[in-house]
Amino acid sequence: MVPGDLRYTKEHEWVRVDGDEATVGITQYAADQLGDIVFVELPDAGRSIDQFATFGVVESVKAVSDLFAPVSGEVTGTNDALAGEPELVNTDPYGGGWMVKLRLTDAAQLDELLDPGAYEQLIAEG
Amino acid sequence: MPYGPHAADDRAQMLEAIGISSVDALFEDIPEPLRASPLRLDEPEPELELSARLAALAARNRVDLASFLGAGAYRHWTPATVDQMLLRGEWYTAYTPYQPEVSQGTLQSIYEYQSLLAELTALDVVSASHYDGGAATAEAALMTCRATRRERVLVSRGVHPHYRQTLETYAEGAGLVADEIPLVADGPLAGTTDLAALERMLADPDRRVAGVVAAQPNVLGLLEDMPEIGRLGHAAGALFVSVIEPVSLAVLAPPGEYGADIAAGEGQPLGIPLSYGGPYLGIVACTDALVRQIPGRLVGLTSDLDGRRAFVMTLRAREQDIRREKAASNICTNQALLALAASIYVATIGPHGLRDVAALGAARAAELEAALAAAGAPRAHDGPYLNEFVVRVPDAPVLHARLLDRGVLAGIPTAALLPDEPSLADGLLVCATEVTTAADIDRFASALRLELAGAATGGVR
Amino acid sequence: MTVVGDRLQPTIFERSRPGRGGGKIPHPPKDALARIPAGHRRGNPAALPELAEPDVVRHYVNLSQLNYAIDTGFYPLGSCTMKYNPKLNEWAARLPGFAGLHPMAPDAVAQGTLQLLFELEELLAEISGMDAVTLQPAAGAHGELTGILMVRAYHRSRGDTERTEVLVPDSSHGTNPATATMAGFRTITIPSAPDGGVDVEAFRAALGPRTAAIMITNPSTLGLFERRIGELLEATHAAGALAYMDGANLNAILGRFKPGEAGFDVMHFNTHKTFSTPHGGGGPGAGPVGVGARLAPFLPAPRVLRAEDGSFRLERPAERPTSIGRMRSFTGSSGVLVRAYAYIRAHGAAGLREVSDDAVLAANYLKHRLAGTYQVPFERACKHEFVASAADIKHRTGVRTLDIAKRLIDKGYHPPTIYFPLTVEEAMLIEPTETESLETLDGFADALIEIAREAETDPALVTSAPHDAPVRRLDETTAARQPNLRWRGMTGAQLPCPD
Repeated sequence: MVPGDLRYTKEHEWVRVDGDEATVGITQYAADQLGDIVFVELPDAGRSIDQFATFGVVESVKAVSDLFAPVSGEVTGTNDALAGEPELVNTDPYGGGWMVKLRLTDAAQLDELLDPGAYEQLIAEG
Repeated sequence: MPYGPHAADDRAQMLEAIGISSVDALFEDIPEPLRASPLRLDEPEPELELSARLAALAARNRVDLASFLGAGAYRHWTPATVDQMLLRGEWYTAYTPYQPEVSQGTLQSIYEYQSLLAELTALDVVSASHYDGGAATAEAALMTCRATRRERVLVSRGVHPHYRQTLETYAEGAGLVADEIPLVADGPLAGTTDLAALERMLADPDRRVAGVVAAQPNVLGLLEDMPEIGRLGHAAGALFVSVIEPVSLAVLAPPGEYGADIAAGEGQPLGIPLSYGGPYLGIVACTDALVRQIPGRLVGLTSDLDGRRAFVMTLRAREQDIRREKAASNICTNQALLALAASIYVATIGPHGLRDVAALGAARAAELEAALAAAGAPRAHDGPYLNEFVVRVPDAPVLHARLLDRGVLAGIPTAALLPDEPSLADGLLVCATEVTTAADIDRFASALRLELAGAATGGVR
Repeated sequence: MTVVGDRLQPTIFERSRPGRGGGKIPHPPKDALARIPAGHRRGNPAALPELAEPDVVRHYVNLSQLNYAIDTGFYPLGSCTMKYNPKLNEWAARLPGFAGLHPMAPDAVAQGTLQLLFELEELLAEISGMDAVTLQPAAGAHGELTGILMVRAYHRSRGDTERTEVLVPDSSHGTNPATATMAGFRTITIPSAPDGGVDVEAFRAALGPRTAAIMITNPSTLGLFERRIGELLEATHAAGALAYMDGANLNAILGRFKPGEAGFDVMHFNTHKTFSTPHGGGGPGAGPVGVGARLAPFLPAPRVLRAEDGSFRLERPAERPTSIGRMRSFTGSSGVLVRAYAYIRAHGAAGLREVSDDAVLAANYLKHRLAGTYQVPFERACKHEFVASAADIKHRTGVRTLDIAKRLIDKGYHPPTIYFPLTVEEAMLIEPTETESLETLDGFADALIEIAREAETDPALVTSAPHDAPVRRLDETTAARQPNLRWRGMTGAQLPCPD
C-alpha cells in the first residue's frame, strides 16, 4: 500500500528524489482521511521553501489541511492539472496527484524523513 | 416572560426529572464573588403599552419633509410584494442553510440573488455575506491585497467618505496602507478622480499597488472615466475595484464591461428601507479568477442523490468555521433576508422597470438642477451626472438649517460630508429619485429663493 | 422549463417571459438619459427576468415553503439561540418613522431613533456590566473585529507595540481566530482541560508580554460555565493583557453574570441570538460591543450623545481622535436594533432573568432525557445548551452524527449543530431555548431516542435519511469541484428586448 521508493513526513507528505529534483505529494492515507479533495493551493514557481514549512493548502468539502515541505528547496514546478482535476489527489496520489517539484538543496534532509516501514507503522497507529 | 410557553407545573416537572428543587442549582457553578448585581431595568412592559412607546418614538422622527438626501442611501418606491414576502416566517425565522435538505428556499434565493447581481454587474461571482457598502468596499480592497500579495491600495476621494473611513479602519488592522487619490479641483473634470495623480501614485516602484478603488457615480454624483482608471491600474499590475450603486447599473455601463475585477457597493436601493443606515446589503462581486479570495458564503447549484437539481453552500473550506485563523475573513453572516428583498424587488419591477427607475431619477434630477439654478444655486461641476449633484450656495451649513425650518431637507452640506475638500466648502449635495415630486422641487426652489433673497439683504449671515 | 421534483421550483430565470410584468413604474421622458454620454451608458439591458406579479409571489411563497424555520418548528441549533421571534418587533421596525428615516438626516429630524439607540446602549451596558456600548457593528463577527481593534488601539496608546498575540481556546468559534488575523494578531490556540473548561494553567503558560488579549466564550461552546474564569481574568490582567468575551452564549446568564462586573474588558452581543432579532436565513443581525472604561475612548465613531438639554446627537467627524474610526457606513443597523430594544423592554429585569432560567432548565431537562441513549461527555449542569455524542453509536452501528441529524428531518425537527465543537467526537450541540414547551422538548427527545434504536435495528434507514424532505442528500463534492455560482441559462427568447 505504501510505495517503497518514497520518503514520508509525519504530516503525510511523500517525496520522490531524482537527482536534485524532489517531487512532493500527499499520501493515499491523507487523501482518504480528508475525503473528496476539491481544491489544492500551491506556491508560485521560484519560491524557496524550508523543510517542514507550509507550502500550500489542500481542501476537501468540509476540511482544510496545510501542506508541509518534506525537504527544503526552490519550487521548480507545480501540478497545474490539479486546478481542473483536484480528484487526482484521491485517485492517483503518488502519480498524477503530485503537487510540487523542488530543487533539492540538502540531500541530507532526507535522513530526517520516515522510510516506508516507519510510515506504515505511523498510520497503523492511527 | 412574555413569550414563555410554560404552564403552571411544567417547570416543576422538569426540575423534578432532573432531581433538583430550584433552578438556582443550575447556576451554582458561577463563583459567588462573580455573580451579577441585580439587573436595574424597568418592569416588563405589556405589549399594549410597549407598542405605544415604540410608535411615539417613531413619531419623533421627521419623515414628512421634502427630502433631497442621498449620499449612499436612496429613497425609492418599493413594490408591496417585497415586504409581503419578507414577512413570511419561513424566510425570516430560518437561519444559515447548514442543512440543505430543509433550506432549499433560502439556498435557491441566494443563488438567484448571486445570478441577478452577476447580471447587473457583468461579473461572475457574487457574495451575499456583506454588511453594507462601507464594509463591502473594505473587504474588496483586502481581496486585492491577498490576490496580488501587495500591501497598498489607492482609493479615490470620489469614494463615499464613510467607505474610505471603513477601509482605513480595516486596512490599519490588517497592516495595509490605503492612500487617497485626489479629485480634480477645477476645470471641466472638476470633482472627478485626478488621473494624472493616479498615474504618479501607481508609478512608485517601491510601493506597488494591489488595488485601485473608484466609484461610479462618485460621491459627488459625477460620472468617472472608469475604463481609464481601470487601464491605469492594470498597467501597474493592480486590480480594479469599482464602487457601484446598483439601480444605476440598469443604465450605466456595468463594471465587468469596463474591466473592473471587483464591484463593491450598497444594495439598499434595491428595495431595502432606509432605516437610518441599516440593516443594509453589502454588494461584492468579482471575476471567476478571484473566486478563492471573495469572503463569505457562496451558494452553488448541484444535484441530490436522485439527480434532482438542488442548491448548497459551497467552497466552504475558505470560511472561518473551517479555516479559522487562516480564513480570508471572519465573516459568518449572510445577509440572506436583504438579498431576498433585493431579488424580489428586481423580479417584481423587471429589467425595464429598473431602467425606468434610474431614468426617472435622472429626469427628476435634471428638473431639480434647472429649478435650483433658477433660484440662484447653480451646479458646482461641469461633468455629467446621473441623479445626484452639488450646487453652490453661500454659507451652505446655515442655509441648510434654514431650509430645514421651511420643511426642506436640502441634501447634505458638502463641508460636513467632505471637510477635507476646500473647493467644496460652499456646496449642497442634492439627489432626486423616482419618488421626488414636482411639488417637492417647487418647495425646495421657493424656499431657496426666499432664503437667498433674505441673504442678499443680510438675512442669512 | 425544467420542473424538478415535486416541490422544487424552477429558477426565477426559467420563469421569465419577455413582456410580462411592468406597469409598476411610470414611463420616464424619452430624453431622460440623453444628457448621459454614450460612453457611460449600458449597451444591452441586463438579462433580468420578466414576470407578472402573481408569478413573482408564487415563486417566493413556494420557495419559502422549502425552508424549515422557527415559525414552523423546533430548531435546536446549538450556539445559534433559535428562539421565537416576537411579531411586535417586526411591526415596530416597519413603522414609517423608523423605516423611512434617512441615515444622513440631521440630528433634529432623527430624535426618535437617536433616543432609542441611546437608551439601548444604556440597557445593554446594564445587562453586561460594561461602561459603554457601541451599536455600530453589523454582526457578531463584526463586533469581534471592532473589539479586537480597540484592544490593539489601547495597547498602542500606551506605546506597547510588542503585544502581537491573541489567545483562544480550541473550542472557540472560528470567528475568534479569524478576527485576530484580520486585526493583525497571531492566534495562539490553547487546548481545553479534560473537564471541558478552559485550561487555566495552559493559558497562564502562554500569557506574557506578547499577549494582547484572550478571547473567551462564556458559557463555553460546550454549554459550560467557566468556573475558573476569575483566576483566568486575574492572570490575564496581571500579564497586561485584556479579556474579550464572545457573547454568543449570553442567553444562558442574563441577570446571573455580568461580564463587565466580573472583569472582562470587552464583549459583543449577538442581538439575533439573545434578543431575538430574527436570523433572517443568515442575516442581517447586529453585534453591539460593550467595553469597560479603559477601552471607551477607542469606541468606533460616531457615538450617540445626549446633550444637556436632553436632545440627542451624533458625534461629529474627528470629535474624538482616539476612536478606532468607522466600522461601516452610517450609524448602525437601526432596523435590527429597534427589535432588540423592544425585546428588552418587553421583558424587563424579571423577564430577562426568566429567559435564562428557562433556557438553562430546558437544556438540562433535555440532557437528562437523552443521557441514557447518547453520551453526554460533561455531566455537570449545563447552561443553555449541551453536547451529546453519538460516538458509541457510530462505533457499534456505523451510523454517524450526520445520519442522525438527517433522520431528525424526517421526524419533523431541525437538526442541532453537528461536528462542533471540534473537541468532541461525533458532536451534537443542542440548544432548545426558553420558548419551547415541555411537549416539544419531550417530542424531540423521543425522536432522538427512537433514531438511536433505528440505528441498531435498521441502520440503512438512518444512513439514507432524509426520506421526507424536498431533496435527498446533496452532491457537495461536485458543487465544490465545478462551482456553478450563477445562472447563465437565460438566452434567446427569454432575454429582455433592447429599449
